[in-house]
Amino acid sequence: MSVSPRFVEFRSGVQAELPILLGVAPFGMIYGVLALQAGIPPVEAQAMSAVVFGGSSQIVLTQLVNIGAPAVVMILTVTVINLRHALYSASVAPYVQHLRPAWKLLLSYLLTDEAYIVTILHYEQTEPGAKGRRAAAVRQAAEDQREAGAQAVDPTPVQETDQRHWFYLGAGLALWTCWQLSTALGIFLGAAVPSSWGLEFTLPLTFIALVVPNLNSRATVGAALTAGLIAVMVYSLPYKLGLIVAALIGVLAGLALDWMEARR
Amino acid sequence: MSFWWVMIIAGLATFAIRATFILLIGQREIPPLLRRALYFIPPAVLTAIILPELVLPRGQLNLSLTNPNLLAGIVAVLVAWRTRSVLLTILVGMAVFWAARMVIGS
Repeated sequence: MSVSPRFVEFRSGVQAELPILLGVAPFGMIYGVLALQAGIPPVEAQAMSAVVFGGSSQIVLTQLVNIGAPAVVMILTVTVINLRHALYSASVAPYVQHLRPAWKLLLSYLLTDEAYIVTILHYEQTEPGAKGRRAAAVRQAAEDQREAGAQAVDPTPVQETDQRHWFYLGAGLALWTCWQLSTALGIFLGAAVPSSWGLEFTLPLTFIALVVPNLNSRATVGAALTAGLIAVMVYSLPYKLGLIVAALIGVLAGLALDWMEARR
Repeated sequence: MSFWWVMIIAGLATFAIRATFILLIGQREIPPLLRRALYFIPPAVLTAIILPELVLPRGQLNLSLTNPNLLAGIVAVLVAWRTRSVLLTILVGMAVFWAARMVIGS
């Protein structure tokens, strides 16, 4: 019996996400602890992790609850902090074009920093390059035939069907499960997790582990360094808006370096 | 407004942000320049999150060796570069972070 390609993709997605969970779990616990300290009831604190499902925005929200900020300010702050996900959305969009709307909605819900980064790396590393468009057309045809319930279809195009969204689903669900469980653990343990341990530092370390090995050209290094430096310079902008500004300028720097290299 | 409504509206807004381009970009071919720009998003966004965490502990710029975040971050960059291992990067990074905090006494 052969293992279905969907399952292989799904399992690879879960496996790619596993080491990252080590950095995410402490962050989820810290959120749970902070939420209780801010006076958010346990049920609401846990529901937040499923409804908003965005680590840093949830942590900032607990601070706003602490200072008794108005509801509108809380909603706007969460929204602005999560704006960076629009960049991720644009970045994965070309790869999920061929999927049904239900898939797109599910994958949108699962689009977090940590699921996005392993997924986009997987897409970029397995992209067939110039044949992309033709392959997409073949995939689409295969998909259409399968959905129409055609039984006697030549199996070759089905094998070529792009199943990488199962990788995305695997990574996304692994992260989602970890986020819910670690939130629950934080709520349960409460003050038993001292903030003095600095456990939240696992998050930037995780991001370092994900970025550094992929800085494989002068342009990517330039984009990263520019974005980092600008982020430090504009750190004091409210609602973490500096992050978006910095990322966009970083992308422009990468494009400029690309262009200069191409002209040489 | 009850806290549940805050949560639901904030959740819907976050979901809408995540879904925008996934739903908007249809079966059209992406222009090469845009595709290239999208390629720079991961390193740009993540580094924009990382660097302030390293050099601005508690919001104060600290580029000296008395900054445990910066020390651990530099070591983590080296480990990530040499080993490409997420696990090792986190473990070694946290070890250096805690050791530096003990030595510096912050």
